Amino acid sequence: MSVPITLSDVSHRYGGATGTLALDGCSLTVRPGEFAAVVGPSGCGKSTLMKLATGLQFPFKGTVTVAGERVTKPVTMAGMAFQNPTMLPWRTTLRNVLLPLEIVRPHRQRFRADRAIFEAKAEDLLSVVGLEGFGQKFPWQLSGGMQQRASLCRALIHEPELLMLDEPFGALDAFTREELWCVIRDLQEARKFTVVLVTHDLREAVFLADRIFVMSGRPGRIIAERTVSFPRPRDLSVTYTPEFMAVVQELRAHISEARAAA
Amino acid sequence: MTTAVSRIDWIRLSPWLYTIGLFVLWEACVLVLGLPPFILPAPTTIVAAMVEFWPAIWKNGLQTLFTTLAGFAAAVVGGLALGLLVGWSRTVYAGLYPLMIGFNSIPKVAVVPILVLWFGIGTVPAIITAFLISFFPVVVNVATGLATIEPETEDVLKALGASKMDIMLKVGIPRALPYFFGSLKVAITLAFVGSVIAETVAANSGVGHMMLTAQSNFQVPLVFAGLVTLAVEGIVAYALMAWVEKRMTGWAHRSGFAQ
Ligand SMILES: Nc1ncnc2c1ncn2[C@@H]1O[C@H](COP(=O)(O)OP(=O)(O)O)[C@@H](O)[C@H]1O
Ligand SMILES: [Mg+2]
Repeated sequence: MSVPITLSDVSHRYGGATGTLALDGCSLTVRPGEFAAVVGPSGCGKSTLMKLATGLQFPFKGTVTVAGERVTKPVTMAGMAFQNPTMLPWRTTLRNVLLPLEIVRPHRQRFRADRAIFEAKAEDLLSVVGLEGFGQKFPWQLSGGMQQRASLCRALIHEPELLMLDEPFGALDAFTREELWCVIRDLQEARKFTVVLVTHDLREAVFLADRIFVMSGRPGRIIAERTVSFPRPRDLSVTYTPEFMAVVQELRAHISEARAAA
Repeated sequence: MTTAVSRIDWIRLSPWLYTIGLFVLWEACVLVLGLPPFILPAPTTIVAAMVEFWPAIWKNGLQTLFTTLAGFAAAVVGGLALGLLVGWSRTVYAGLYPLMIGFNSIPKVAVVPILVLWFGIGTVPAIITAFLISFFPVVVNVATGLATIEPETEDVLKALGASKMDIMLKVGIPRALPYFFGSLKVAITLAFVGSVIAETVAANSGVGHMMLTAQSNFQVPLVFAGLVTLAVEGIVAYALMAWVEKRMTGWAHRSGFAQ
């Protein structure tokens, strides 16, 4: 179960040889089943790192390896969620959640035959994230937080071994955000998939992650790595302990340095 | 106190009131200024002409309608196909875009003589002109719908192993449909322009031809009756396309989908 990711000395540029250097000599390893977080100043290449790790972009230098194989095409088993929920407005929430099953092998061949089973599974997942009974609503009838919950369901419906989250809670209010932290915490606890979470919220990173990577300003590389060893399952109250604050402060100092250097 | 129930819905009524107002004003102007019918016939004169020449108007009106719809149908099919092709591949897009722009900037009336050369005077050049003039907005709209897929949606699907075809079927085409149906209103209006242009230049039937004949016989009320016929056909066709658009892409209206 679950997937290790390795980026070794990866550099990526947008727009040809004279374009923007987004990543420069970036190396990191995510272990199987690990919850990894990546933090860094805005525009440092965090989203680029996600795209490289999923084979949506390819580095001009260095190698990316996922599950022991060098990435030369889009990996086919990752679930992704972004800050923008990107629900398709012509599909109901349930059918949005089902979308990956219409695409991923081997589910797609069975989609018609097993539709009832798949739908039950999607309904289950919706109720896990607190969207019970909203499956027949269209995404634009849901609030931003509810759409984001649905987007998490879509990322997880095909039981991926790798979940890539790019600032998924960035546009939500503080309460909704903390609720969703707990949702993702519980889901990962139950299913043990590997997670890479990009965030600019240091508390979010410390609360959720096993290990946090701090990136420099653009061009991005990893300048610090911090293991978070608070016991699991973590309760939201841990975020108010001095130990927790200390880790957040430590990360903040790294980010300030990175920003000052840029 | 308030009599909301018996209130007149002015918003709903106003299109009718303004239209009637225009004709009343027109009639009054003609009466007051004493304009002779060969300059500007009054609406009542035009109606009289429509009654008098009804068989001709009916026959030619049907002919124009047929020509327009034939050209429009070809434009819808061809425009949809080309739009999908152009939206599918960046290379095809890059290659065809300048050609289409160049082609679209040729005044279509200038193409009619060539069509006559190839097909002779009659219905065929009119259908082709209607097609040529109305297929461009369909292509552009369909291609736009495909080209504006959110990159993040595409990323989500690619990371699941989706092929280009999957992305087209699951996202591209459904999302292009509102653009496509939106373009039909424009296309049908342009198709009328195309067929009437061709009829006035190179045809022996149709409203355009009838108007030209009437004009050379100084039957000015009949010329105007032709205009009215075109206006009625145009409005009905437009309304039909607007209705189709609304029926087919309700989600786009309700969700505030960017057009
Ligand atoms: N598709 C793209 N084309 C050109 N430049 C890009 C593209 N995507 C990102 N960049 C540039 O690469 C840098 C890193 O971007 P990104 O990875 O999105 O940063 P982050 O997610 O950390 O904010 C930025 O300077 C951005 O402008
Ligand atoms: Mg980003």
